[in-house]
Amino acid sequence: MNRLFIIVITVFITVISCRKTEPSLPADSQMLDGPVEGLTASQAQQFLRGDAAFNDQVFTKETGLGPLFVSASCGSCHAGDGKGHPFTTLTRFGQSDSLGNTFLASGAPQLQNRALPGFDPEHIPAGAPFSKFTPPANTGMGFIDAVTDEDIIAMSDPDDADGDGISGVPNWITLKSYVVPRVGSINKNGHHIGRFGKKSGAYDLVQQTAAAYNQDMGITSTYEPFDTYSGQAIDPEISNQTLLDVVFYLKTLKAPIQRNANSADVVNGKALFLQAGCGKCHVSELKTGASPVAALNYKTFYPYTDLLLHDMGAGLDDGYTEGNAKTSEWRTPALWGLGLSKNSQGGVYYLLHDGRANTIEEAILLHGGEALGSRNKYNALTAKEKQQLITFLESL
Amino acid sequence: MKKLFLVLPFTLLAAAAMAQIDSTLLRRKPKDAAANALNMNAVYNRPFLSVAKLPVALGGYVEANWQHLGTNGVTEGHQFQMRRMSLFVASTVYKRIKFLSEIEFEDGAKEISLEYAALDMEVHPLFNIRGGIVLNPIGAFNQNHDGPKWEFVDRPISATQLLPDTWSNVGFGVYGKKYQDSWVFAYEAYVTNGFDDRIIDNREGKTFLPAAKQNPARFEESFNGVPLITAKAAIRNKRIAEVGLSYMGGIYNKFQDEGVVLDARRRVDVMALDMNTTLPKLNTAITGEWAWISVDVPATYTQQYANKQRGGFIDFVQPVYKRSLMGFEKSVVNAACRVEYVDWNVGKFEVTGGNIADHLLAVVPALSWRPTSQTVVRLNYRYSWKTDVLGNPPIKTAGFQLGFSSYF
Repeated sequence: MNRLFIIVITVFITVISCRKTEPSLPADSQMLDGPVEGLTASQAQQFLRGDAAFNDQVFTKETGLGPLFVSASCGSCHAGDGKGHPFTTLTRFGQSDSLGNTFLASGAPQLQNRALPGFDPEHIPAGAPFSKFTPPANTGMGFIDAVTDEDIIAMSDPDDADGDGISGVPNWITLKSYVVPRVGSINKNGHHIGRFGKKSGAYDLVQQTAAAYNQDMGITSTYEPFDTYSGQAIDPEISNQTLLDVVFYLKTLKAPIQRNANSADVVNGKALFLQAGCGKCHVSELKTGASPVAALNYKTFYPYTDLLLHDMGAGLDDGYTEGNAKTSEWRTPALWGLGLSKNSQGGVYYLLHDGRANTIEEAILLHGGEALGSRNKYNALTAKEKQQLITFLESL
Repeated sequence: MKKLFLVLPFTLLAAAAMAQIDSTLLRRKPKDAAANALNMNAVYNRPFLSVAKLPVALGGYVEANWQHLGTNGVTEGHQFQMRRMSLFVASTVYKRIKFLSEIEFEDGAKEISLEYAALDMEVHPLFNIRGGIVLNPIGAFNQNHDGPKWEFVDRPISATQLLPDTWSNVGFGVYGKKYQDSWVFAYEAYVTNGFDDRIIDNREGKTFLPAAKQNPARFEESFNGVPLITAKAAIRNKRIAEVGLSYMGGIYNKFQDEGVVLDARRRVDVMALDMNTTLPKLNTAITGEWAWISVDVPATYTQQYANKQRGGFIDFVQPVYKRSLMGFEKSVVNAACRVEYVDWNVGKFEVTGGNIADHLLAVVPALSWRPTSQTVVRLNYRYSWKTDVLGNPPIKTAGFQLGFSSYF
């Protein structure tokens, strides 16, 4: 009997001592979430506070949800900090040119297509132009936030001076009253360069976050105090501290890490990507300027975007726009993390601004306008070369 | 203050009953071990301690555990948890009138609740009246949930995260039993206060019936004035099995207030099927429960909140050693396994036609040692796969749990 007891205890101690009985941590390169390296202890604490607010806080009627909304939490649109799903796709409406949104009185710019019981959600007014926006991945946004205006302008070519058919331009936007321009921000006739959002309609992560709380969840803050249902300024439903914690969280999420970078297919695919001219807009390497967060200060990173607007042709022209962008112009989306998108989109790709493309190839083939030349070059590749190019994109 | 009012009478009662008592006067009233005891008997089928000829019997159970779980490589380390302690007080008021109450302290004293406090009056074996705070008889676990009866540290996910066990409400009802040879037929039916709109407006971000437990006012007023109806029929053959079929349903939302119509009447309906049996010769105990939930969620709300849910569990418990162990003559060592599954959102996305996921599967192999039938020491290894609403790769959680639960 004593022997049985000893055996049981020995087995038990052995088993519980073995961490292999618990699921292992996926490789860093397989996950989009996690902080940038080099945060201080206090920054790490703020990151965790923002993480909890972003991923765990679900709003209810009692805590301010709605009454009109799109989603009840940040995390439900950005699972694992990755790209979103058509289930939480946003619809923006009401603006077709740089003169502004003419449907503000009808609830524009964002459609709140869901409502608490007893309330009626919004509908797109007759005749209003609209576009659907799939939620983007959140990763690496602090790096993008810290790129200097000079660097963005240096990549632009509004008059296509080099004659390559590509003429990226910044979206010069009017700042919200609460937005504080970055040190060194360039002011052009009272406008600043937007860099977040499908049309670069948001200046920084404070604006992006405050607007998302307000427009996506119906949560007011001191930054965005107007209830989207009544139009009245009401008490803040989220504290400044929480909102700024979320901003910090978004700012310090790590950049996606490339996988299999040295495999032959990835190396060849990258060469084909550059030969096809894709890299003229999807610029591989950018660098940050000065940042109060040391981990983001003067860093080189690889987002595959130039943060500029490009005419993508009639096929992707929804007739809706923001700021000074034309309706056919879209900000070059960063390609980093593309290969992990399926892990946040329910196992399926939903690519391009509204998720209309279900494969990377489909997304490439829907490129037009300034990207037509690159699309044609892609079409001219052999099947093996196309696969290599896609393998490269999936490694990002 | 409210907690104080709950705790104080129990403390005083216990103190009065126990103070200065000659221990030889204490009598342990064992639980009914009859083979045809039903789940509906569980509330009284507990070991009570009575004092001499006092008409009051006391009892309770406690459960505590250690666990070390990891989720996708991240662990919170060693956790020691005092899950709950329950105190029962039962009394025979008169020949066929009895009263039972149960107060439960969960997670230390983080949550204190009067879980049960009902008076029973037997008019006829087929017609008993019960009133007070009652356990709604939906499924079997809600009525038969005492920790020492189970070989697993965690309660079934389907019982706590799908059904709102332990789910009790103020109300009245009737029940009865009919014994015939090896058979027992039983029924229960209650009208009680019920759910509220938290079930589709909660911090879980999903249709979540247990959220209604957060409404402390449900013991003093109905959220919408419409009774929740709960009914169950069960049949048992002592050589075969017990099978129960239960239903619970009512209006969950506040459709009017002060005479002003606010919304349509929205229903929540739950069906549950439960069974338990012991295989002859092998003595393998099998216990299972499956529930279907239907909720009228407004079409203009988000599909994150489901209008259909389902889930359940099945436990296998195999005695593997029955003799003296470490001086406990009637020790039983069991090998057990629980398989549980919950789908919090049954349906398809309107926008893509794709399946809505939001489900969990868990497998829990276990070893338990019962030095007496009233005490269980249990070692569980839990592995679960939780998939979010979009169907992304599941979050895996696994680890060991070691704990005990005992009546006292």
